[in-house]
Amino acid sequence: MSILTFTIQKLLRLGLLLLAVAIFTFVLLSFSPIDPVRAYIGADMLQISPEQRQLIAERWGLDQPLILRFGDWLGQLLQGNLGTSMVYNQPVGEVIATRFWVSLQMLAIAWLLSGILGLGLGILAGALAGSWTDRIIRLYAYTLASSPTFWVALLLLITFSVSLKVTPICCAAPPGVLAADVTIWQHLHHLLLPSITLSIIGIANITLHTRQKLIDVLHSDYILFAHAQGESLWGVIRYHGFRNLILPALTLQFASLSELFGGSVLVEQVFAYPGLGEATVQAALRSDIPLLVGIVFFSALFVYSGNTLADLAYPIVDPRIRIGGSQS
Amino acid sequence: MTTPVFVALPIQRLHSNRRQRTFWGITLCVLFLLVIILSPWVMGDAGLSPVLPQRNQPPSLAHAFGTDWIGRDMLSRSLHGMSLSLRIGLLAATMSALIGTGLGLAAGTLGGWVDAVITWIIDVFFSLPHLVLLILIAFAVGGGTTGVIIAVAFTHWTSLARVIRAETLQVNSSDYVKLSHRFGRSPLWIASHHMVPHIIPQLLVGLILLFPHAILHEAALSFIGIGLSPHIPAIGIILAESMRHLSTGYWWLGVMPGVLLLLSVKAFDWLGENVRALLDPKTSQG
Repeated sequence: MSILTFTIQKLLRLGLLLLAVAIFTFVLLSFSPIDPVRAYIGADMLQISPEQRQLIAERWGLDQPLILRFGDWLGQLLQGNLGTSMVYNQPVGEVIATRFWVSLQMLAIAWLLSGILGLGLGILAGALAGSWTDRIIRLYAYTLASSPTFWVALLLLITFSVSLKVTPICCAAPPGVLAADVTIWQHLHHLLLPSITLSIIGIANITLHTRQKLIDVLHSDYILFAHAQGESLWGVIRYHGFRNLILPALTLQFASLSELFGGSVLVEQVFAYPGLGEATVQAALRSDIPLLVGIVFFSALFVYSGNTLADLAYPIVDPRIRIGGSQS
Repeated sequence: MTTPVFVALPIQRLHSNRRQRTFWGITLCVLFLLVIILSPWVMGDAGLSPVLPQRNQPPSLAHAFGTDWIGRDMLSRSLHGMSLSLRIGLLAATMSALIGTGLGLAAGTLGGWVDAVITWIIDVFFSLPHLVLLILIAFAVGGGTTGVIIAVAFTHWTSLARVIRAETLQVNSSDYVKLSHRFGRSPLWIASHHMVPHIIPQLLVGLILLFPHAILHEAALSFIGIGLSPHIPAIGIILAESMRHLSTGYWWLGVMPGVLLLLSVKAFDWLGENVRALLDPKTSQG
């Protein structure tokens, strides 16, 4: 299978997925009790006569049958028109682009940190399985796996921002400073705690899986043979364990983009960080349907790119796997 | 299965065997969770009314969780909130488990296009971040308590449905089911007599392990303000309220209710592990 067919296949799948998400979202929102006219007008609803309301509904085509409305909407979507966000008074595409750019740095730092730390802790726990180090790492991972994300964020905020006063308490920049005047250090300073929070939460899963995988590898025959040849434990891990570990770890790490996105919604809420997650909450709280739908599409795209990147990373890590899994 | 098996030993050991420890674990978890769920009825409204002279007290013997900005006892508030969150989580998780079992059984036994459609729905659900899906559904059905219950119930069934589908497919290809087909039994009869007994242990463990997720997601939705109304103090709302008082240094408002939430989630996790160990023939005797 060539690169071309691989790309076409992936794009086709993405198209089908987005179509499915479109159908799902449309059906869900058309059967919902939320009145779109009321959601659009908000508090001014009392000043509007039933006739005017009727007019708006007709102009929007709300009197049309469901299937026609879906066709109209899908046509607009295909032309790249996601509508206008009511909360931010901007095209949805622009809101998502600017907001995501702010979130992206936080997501990237958190993703890298959790991957590296998780892999490291997992290897340490797996290599020293049964020891106290292993027990402490496992306890830590299990506890984190069942703690609420927003509470961990709260704890870190209380510790580092309120008690120790080493990190800022909110936002992406110091208050009263123009966006253009924010220095890179101020920027990183505000980015630090949210990213660390997000990465701490992402560590648990990858640590536990890496640990289990390393224990499996260490019980194999070729490791026994390597030991018999006089290879040390760390040598074994370096030359035999690591290559076997990295593949499942990569899959997990790319698949974790979905959870990372969800985590960023909660973390941004706690740190009042003006990223995409905060926009998601605002869209839902203030009935901004176009923005919410846009974010749903974007998050599907985000998760899908993560899985595709994992597919692309396999052949680099493991030369036995060719793109698209050419049958041998 | 019901009576513990005692191995005759020359000397009676003081500590119990693994099976007894599992039983103890289950009893402890169930007791702990029951105490939390029933606590509002036992305590009544004591500690919920404002006592202004006792504002903002840190945790002490009289108020184990401290008091809030109008002098309410945080322990009573947290227990009330946790009880509510647990009940909502239980309801939503049970609904979710029923949906998962129904769809998993349907996909596994009927096959063909039913299987294709259900697998496709599961794939679509997995392609969106869980929290975004929760927010979307909770928003679409109009928010509030019903919104949270529906959102949690309709997003947690997917993994259980996958497990049950795989289990059904496995049983379906076994000899005794093929024989049953030859005897002219209807698919429904086979489902109720051959599938269900196999699936009940999976369902039980799956259901218990769903609870922590359901409770955490309910708390998360309430925390960001899409869930329960602020007048019904669920645990997520108590934590969200504490955000406003963080910068003043009243750490216990945020820390203590969170500890209670963490303990409850852990209790469900532990309960699930122990029930699994008890139901699994490999670990049930020992």
